[in-house]
Amino acid sequence: MSPPLLGVEEEVQSSVSSPTVECISENGMGLKERNYLGLSDCSSVDSSGVSSNLNLKATELRLGLPGSQSPERETELCLLNLGKLDEKPLFPLLPSKDGICSSSQKNVVTGNKRGFSDTMDGFSEVKGYVYTEKSWMFHEAGSDSESPQSVGHGKYPGNSGVNVILSTRSPGVQASVKQDEPANVLQEQPRATNGTSLKQTVISDNNTGAPAAKAQVVGWPPIRPFRTKTLAASSKNNDEVDGKPGPGALFVKVSMDGAPYLRKVDLRTYSTYQELSSALEKMFSCFTLGQCGSNGTAGKETLSESRLKDLLHGSEYVVTYKDKDGDWMLVGDVPWEMFIETCKRLKIMKSSDAIGLAPRAMEKSKANNKKEFGYGC
Amino acid sequence: MNYFPDEVVEHVFDFITSHKDRNSVSLVCKSWYKIERYSRQRVFIGNCYSITPQRLIARFPGLKSLTLKGKPHFADFNLVPHDWGGFVDPWIKALAKSRIGLEELRLKRMVVSDDSLELLSKSFPNFKSLVLVSCDGFTTDGVAAIAANCRFLRELDLQENEVEDHRGHWLSCFPESCTSLVSLNFACLKGEINLASLERLVARSPNLKSLRLNRVVPLDTLQKLLMRAPQLVDLGIGSYVDDPSSEVFSKLKAVIQLCNSIRSLSGFLEVAPCCMSAIYPICENLTFLNLSYAPGLQGNDLTKLVQHCRKLQRLWILDCIGDKGLGVVASTCKELQELRVFPSDPFDAGNAAVTEEGLVLISAGCPKLNSLLYFCHQMTNAALITVAKNCTNFIRFRLCILDPVKADPVTNQPLDEGFGAIVRSNKSLKRLSLSGLLTDQVFLYIGMYAKKLEMLSIAFAGDSNKGMLYVLNGCKKLRKLEIRDCPFGDVALLEDMGKYETMRSLWMSSCEVTLGACKILAKKMSSLNVEIINESEQLEFSLDDRLLVDKMYLYRTLVGHRKDKPEYVLLL
Repeated sequence: MSPPLLGVEEEVQSSVSSPTVECISENGMGLKERNYLGLSDCSSVDSSGVSSNLNLKATELRLGLPGSQSPERETELCLLNLGKLDEKPLFPLLPSKDGICSSSQKNVVTGNKRGFSDTMDGFSEVKGYVYTEKSWMFHEAGSDSESPQSVGHGKYPGNSGVNVILSTRSPGVQASVKQDEPANVLQEQPRATNGTSLKQTVISDNNTGAPAAKAQVVGWPPIRPFRTKTLAASSKNNDEVDGKPGPGALFVKVSMDGAPYLRKVDLRTYSTYQELSSALEKMFSCFTLGQCGSNGTAGKETLSESRLKDLLHGSEYVVTYKDKDGDWMLVGDVPWEMFIETCKRLKIMKSSDAIGLAPRAMEKSKANNKKEFGYGC
Repeated sequence: MNYFPDEVVEHVFDFITSHKDRNSVSLVCKSWYKIERYSRQRVFIGNCYSITPQRLIARFPGLKSLTLKGKPHFADFNLVPHDWGGFVDPWIKALAKSRIGLEELRLKRMVVSDDSLELLSKSFPNFKSLVLVSCDGFTTDGVAAIAANCRFLRELDLQENEVEDHRGHWLSCFPESCTSLVSLNFACLKGEINLASLERLVARSPNLKSLRLNRVVPLDTLQKLLMRAPQLVDLGIGSYVDDPSSEVFSKLKAVIQLCNSIRSLSGFLEVAPCCMSAIYPICENLTFLNLSYAPGLQGNDLTKLVQHCRKLQRLWILDCIGDKGLGVVASTCKELQELRVFPSDPFDAGNAAVTEEGLVLISAGCPKLNSLLYFCHQMTNAALITVAKNCTNFIRFRLCILDPVKADPVTNQPLDEGFGAIVRSNKSLKRLSLSGLLTDQVFLYIGMYAKKLEMLSIAFAGDSNKGMLYVLNGCKKLRKLEIRDCPFGDVALLEDMGKYETMRSLWMSSCEVTLGACKILAKKMSSLNVEIINESEQLEFSLDDRLLVDKMYLYRTLVGHRKDKPEYVLLL
C-alpha cells in the first residue's frame, strides 16, 4: 500500500483506542459513524432528534478503510433533521480533497446505513468464513440477516470505539445496538430498509493483525454466485488432483497377482491409506471378478467392490510396496507422508505369498487390513 | 410499397431480421403493422412484466421463437430476494393453450419449474430449442421431461443455471429415436450421468455440433465421445484428468488430431495441467476459449496454452494468468475482440493477479478489441487513458476494481479522467460498468460523450444528484440504468419522469430516494411499474414518505401492476 494510506491507518487505529476524546476534539479526524438507520435519531429513545443532533456531531465516530481521512463536514451533513430522517448525502466529498477519504466515507456510510459496521469481530469472522470457504455463500441466503455469521449485524465488540461513542449518545441506542439480531434494531427504525442488503465490514483497525482493509459488501464484487460456487468446488477438487504438498504428481506402478496388466496411481492425490485402498479396489475390482467393463453402472461397481472388500477383508490379498532400498514392505505401517516419500511401487499380493514378511507383520497385516482397509470406518 | 400485394411486402420483411428493425417497420402504417405481425416468428421480450403472454399471442399468431428475460440484472449479485418474480409458468401455460407452434424458448434469469418444463415438452410437437441462462427453480426431472418428450429436439442449452440434480437418468430419457441433436450443454449440472447413455446419444446424433459436458464426465469418456463426434465445433470438457503416460491419454491425443472443426473450447472443470499438451493441436483454430472455470490451471499453463491460439477472437480467463500472461495474449492473439478476465480469488488483495498493466498490454496488442470485462485490483487514470488511445472500438466496457471506491493508486485521484477518456474515444460504446473512486465528473463525461450508451451500471460513485442527471439528460439511447450505493436522490429521480418511458428499466438500491418521491413518480407515470423491495421485518409502508427506500426497481409496462408479486414488494 502506498505510504499515505499506511499513515492514516495508524491514525485511525489510534483514534479507535481513544475515540471519545479525539472525536470530539478533531471533528474531522478519526472514526466517524454515519448512521442511516436514523438510529442517531434515537427514534427508539426519543422522538426529537434535535437534542441528539449536537451530541452526535460532537462524538462522531467514523469507520473507514485504512487511508481514510475525513473531509470537512459540510453544513448540510448534519446527521439529523427533523423533517427528514436522512438528508445527508452519502458521500460528503469536497472535490478538492483526497480521493481516498471520500472513498472511505462511502464505504462507511453505506455500511452503517444497513446495520452497524462491525469493525473487529465482524472482520475476523468474515475473514475466517470467506477465506476458508473461498465462496461468498453467506451472502446468498435471503435470510442472511438472521445468520449469526453475517457481518455487520449490530454486534459491537466490547472494545470497539463505536460502542463507546454510542453510549455517550444515548443509553437507549446502545441497548438496542448490543443485540445480535439486526432485525430487532431495524424494527425500531421507522424506515423501511433492508437489513440484509449491505453488510459491510469496514476494517480500520489492525489490532487483529489482519491484512488491511477489505470491505465485504453484499453483491460486490459483481460476480454470479454460480461462478463463485463452481470455482470453489473446482478448486477443492483440483487440490486433490494436483496433490497437496510437493511438486507435481507421484505416479507409481501397481501390480496385482493374476492381473494381465499393471496400473499406475498418483500417490499425491490421496492423503490417507483409506483413500488409496478405495482407489485400488476400484481399479482392480474388475480383475477379481474376471471382468473388465468400463460401463460402470452403480450396480456393478458395488458388486465388485463388495467382492473385493470381502477378499481384502478376508485377507486374501495384502497390499505391499517396494521402498527406496528395494525391500518389499507392508503398506500401512508408517505415516502416510513418510510412505509416499519412500514408495516406489505397489503390489497387491495374495496373503499366501506374503509369507516372506515377518509373521508378526502378517498378524499385523491381518489386523491392519481390518483397520486400514476395512469399510464402514 | 403500398401498391404491392401483401405477400410481396411480407417477403421483403423476411429479410428484416433484427428485432429493432421489425419493431420500427411495424410502426410505419396500419397495413405494415398487420403484415409484420402475421409474419413475425421471433420475438424478444426484455422484461417479462412489460407485456402479458395473452397480448403477445394475440398479436403474433405465427410466433415460433420467444426470448424472455425476468429478473433485473442485479439479481445476479444477490441484490434481489428469492422469489421476487420472473416466473415462466404463466407464459408456458398461455402458449400451451393457444395454437402457437412454439419451437424455441430462450430464458434468462427466470424461475422455471419442472411442471413448466413438462408442460412445455408436451405441448409443442415441433419444439426444437431450449436455452436457459441463469435460471433456477427446476431439477433434472424437468430436463428429463424435455429429453423424453421433444421428439425433434435440436438444442438443449443449460448455462449457469441453479439446477437441483436428482442424479436421475435424464440423459437416458432421450429416446433411441432422437437423432436430431445439434447442441447439448449440461455443464452446469453437478450430478452423475449415465456415461454409456451419453456415448450412445452422441453416436446417434450425426448433426451434433456443440457438446458441453459437466464435471463428472471423465477423460476416457471424452475420448470415446470425440471418436464418435469428430465433427464437433464447440466442445466443453468436463473432467480432464489422467496420467499422461496412460493408454487412454494417448488415444485422446490421437483423436483430438481428428477434431479439426473445433472452434470453441471451454470447461476443464477439473484439470491436470500436465495433460494440456494434448489440446495444443486444436488451439490453432480456436476462436473462442473459455477457461474461466478452470482454476486448476496456473498462470504458466494458461500462458503456454494461449501461445498456440493465434486465431482467438474471444477469451474468457481467470486472473491467475497475470499481467505477463496477458502480455502473451496481446502478442499472440491479434484477432482478439472480446476479453473477460475473472477473479480467481475475489477477496484476497494480497495476490494482485492482474492490474492496469495487463489491460494496457492488451489494448496495445489487440486492435480489434471491442468487448471487455476486467476484474482487477487496481486501475490508474493513465492506464485508462492509454487504453482509450489504443482502442476506439469498444462496444462493451466493464471494469470492476475489486476494492470498491478505490482511487488511482499512483495519484490518489478519482478515476473520472480515465473513464472520461474511454467514453470520449469509444463513440460506439453501448454498455459501460464503472468502478473505483468516482465523482460527479465522470457522469458529466458520460452524459457528454456516451451518446450511444444503452446500459450503464454504477456502484459507489458520484457526489450528488448532478451525477445522475448528467446521465439521464445526456444519454439519449439509455435503456437500462442500474445504480447501487450512490448519493442520488429524489431530485434526480423526478427531474425528467418521461425519460423512463424511453428506457426498459431503472434500478436504484441504497441510494437516497424517498418513498414519497417514488409515489409521485408512480402516480404521474401510469406506464411505469414502480416496485419497492423491502425485506425488513416490518411492512409498514403506509407511513413516512420521508423514508429512504432501500431498493427500487421501475420499468415501463403496457399491462400495469403484476399479479404475482411477493409480499415484500410494494407496487406503487
